[in-house]
Amino acid sequence: MHEAGIMESALAIVGREAGAHGATRVERVTLRVGAISGAEPEALRFAFEALSPGTVAEGAELVIEQVPARAHCAECDTDFTIESGFLFECPVCRAFSGDVRSGRELDLARLEFFESTTPNHVHQH
Amino acid sequence: MSTNIEEIPAEGFRINALSRAAGASPRNLSAPLSAEINAALDASPGGEVRVQSVDLNIPLLEKNDILAERNRGYFLGRGLLALNIVSSPGSGKTTLLERTLDEFGKDERCAVLVGDLETDNDGRRLERPHAAVAQITTGTVCHLDASMVARAAEEIDLDGVRVLFIENVGNLVCPASFDLGEQVRVVLLSCTEGEDKPLKYPPIFKSAHLVLLTKTDIAAALGFDRKLAVENIRRIAPQAQIIELSSRSGEGVAAWYEFLRARLPRRR
Repeated sequence: MHEAGIMESALAIVGREAGAHGATRVERVTLRVGAISGAEPEALRFAFEALSPGTVAEGAELVIEQVPARAHCAECDTDFTIESGFLFECPVCRAFSGDVRSGRELDLARLEFFESTTPNHVHQH
Repeated sequence: MSTNIEEIPAEGFRINALSRAAGASPRNLSAPLSAEINAALDASPGGEVRVQSVDLNIPLLEKNDILAERNRGYFLGRGLLALNIVSSPGSGKTTLLERTLDEFGKDERCAVLVGDLETDNDGRRLERPHAAVAQITTGTVCHLDASMVARAAEEIDLDGVRVLFIENVGNLVCPASFDLGEQVRVVLLSCTEGEDKPLKYPPIFKSAHLVLLTKTDIAAALGFDRKLAVENIRRIAPQAQIIELSSRSGEGVAAWYEFLRARLPRRR
């Protein structure tokens, strides 16, 4: 239940990065969330809806790219993907692995916003 | 208006700037977004709308991660071993630390930071003339974070301290995501909790260096299958060392002290 806190920091980073790129409004926020990051995509969506109003991300679309967990088996030197669950059992030799290679991601992957450039107005004095 | 995709390299991130992006974007823009772009284009005659897609790859817990690394450097620089002790409420974290301070703490100077939502009951239980203790009350926050630890560590005298125990808020979910700057993460599983706890709360067990199976003195009375519990821990957390102990009877505590002693940084 700490997704709200995670989303608070996410929105702070979104605000900072949007500002750095001169965007006043963000159209799409893409997060990368690993299968064993401990953050639930649904809870993140809920927190986004609750916390984004009033920020540059108000009304933006939230995209969550889920990253499957991958582990390395030391017994037979194989990298493998864990389809579901938390039992990291090597498909080749059936050994359990604690050597996690991916799946802990919890990143702001990408921001999309659009800029409108109107023709320069000629000021007449 | 022609479709024109330009790549603008910048330090550390990539920007794809597109003109008239709605029709021909390398990323699939959602329908509402395309519609908004078209509307914006219609509203600015002679102007253009550019969609910027900025790849950032910034950890959401960046702030905590940076503070945690700072804590880790501070602890290592002081030559002390910092442990993050995590479990459900009531698994025996405080009882284990009481005994550890009374026995192991007589030989090696220890200090404790203890987190709870409210009260300083645990801090009081752990107070010893030979061990500095600071209570962190988090209010409603369900875990300790690196900044709370940094602030609490400033409150206590760490001179000569070899081991810093950080007793986390009783919670088997959220503390998994928050690095405190510890060198060792210890997860407790008590015999009152059921053998399948590691299967039900895997992320925290996945991140453990050491799993302590506690309250073994009452395992038999509870009909708790220690072998099955250990098997479940091994399946979820093959990387973790496992010690079975009872803080009350003293069974297994020597192995815990041995674990601590083996990880003490070189005396400075």
